[in-house]
Amino acid sequence: MIELILPAVASCIVAFFVVFLMTPPLIKFLEKRNFTVKDVNKKENVLVARPGGLSIIVGIIASEIVLYTFLQLNEILVILFTTSIAFVIGYIDDRKYFKMHNQRWFKPIALAIAAIPIIAFGAYTSDLAFPLFGTVQIPILYLALIFLMIPITGNTINSIDVLNGVASGFMVIASFSLSICLFITQNYEIAIVSLPLGFVSLAFYKYHKIPSKIFPGDSGALTFGAMYGAIAIVGGVEIIAAVALLPAVLNSFLFLSSVKQIRGKPVEHTDDFQLKATDDKTAPVTLVRLILAGGSLSEKQVGFTIFKLGIFSGILAIITAFMMGVSL
Amino acid sequence: MKSGLFGFLFGMWILILIGGGIAVTILGPFSISGFGELDWFIGSVIKAIVAIILVIIWILILSKLKNWIFRKEIKS
Repeated sequence: MIELILPAVASCIVAFFVVFLMTPPLIKFLEKRNFTVKDVNKKENVLVARPGGLSIIVGIIASEIVLYTFLQLNEILVILFTTSIAFVIGYIDDRKYFKMHNQRWFKPIALAIAAIPIIAFGAYTSDLAFPLFGTVQIPILYLALIFLMIPITGNTINSIDVLNGVASGFMVIASFSLSICLFITQNYEIAIVSLPLGFVSLAFYKYHKIPSKIFPGDSGALTFGAMYGAIAIVGGVEIIAAVALLPAVLNSFLFLSSVKQIRGKPVEHTDDFQLKATDDKTAPVTLVRLILAGGSLSEKQVGFTIFKLGIFSGILAIITAFMMGVSL
Repeated sequence: MKSGLFGFLFGMWILILIGGGIAVTILGPFSISGFGELDWFIGSVIKAIVAIILVIIWILILSKLKNWIFRKEIKS
């Protein structure tokens, strides 16, 4: 355990400072080339640089390479390959945004490809561990689960990337919760491998928080989600990871359960540009819309409510991790 | 509405725990014999089908829970 402290500290410092230092020049580069989008939740015509996925993936690669030089774990390579493939998929979607926008199935299918390194390296066990009851062996179903899990985690994080700072801020909470859970379940090596995700998210949040100077784009959101999913699989903490991600899962669930009737806008603006839920029955039910059902709120207030839900889920995940050690 | 969201998340968590219990106690010990070398494969396929059915039931219960919690919240 003590020999892991140096690699852990070194990788966390690299993860944080690579993103912290690389993002400002990336913002300038993107703005210079007019890679900007309108921030629709601002009254003024504010243009924000997009995508920020490049600084996120560089931070992840650099920190995980540092870890690999110390630990030489195959799991690190698997996480790196899966995350890098997800970044490329997201970047393709970012660059061809207007063409790809109507092709809903591009990302889920392409993200399944990102799961291939996990299977190719055999970095999984087909035992699915549940709290209180123990494990169940589902060899065939587990393979299908791997192909499903990366698209699910990637797209759920992408689906909550709707307000300034929410995707990166939520990722900070979820990934640190997952790291704590991995320590509780005594999976120390993967816990340390997971720490850079939290520090990369934290450094990116500095520029993504309201008012955003940069948006992660699909390349950033899918990178976050795919790395989270890969850590969950190689760490054997799929159920705990799902619990920590529940607000994002809830958002996707609400959206998909109202998928037949999507036409209208779920949220609109008041005169003072606060967010307000619409009465439109053809609009999808989303997490933001439900938060706003009680009345209009500012973008910052909605973001903080999502963070509170994230912290609540993180606590449930930690309780779940403790319950893993208890058998009925 | 916010309390309803926390309640819904808690409901999702409870359903995960219950689902896990069902999966381990029913699916775990399940095995099939009489098909020779195919026993393992057929057993896995049946486990997969039962697990998918459980997930569908989980989603249906969540839908009901969603309607119950949020309709109640909107009315109040």
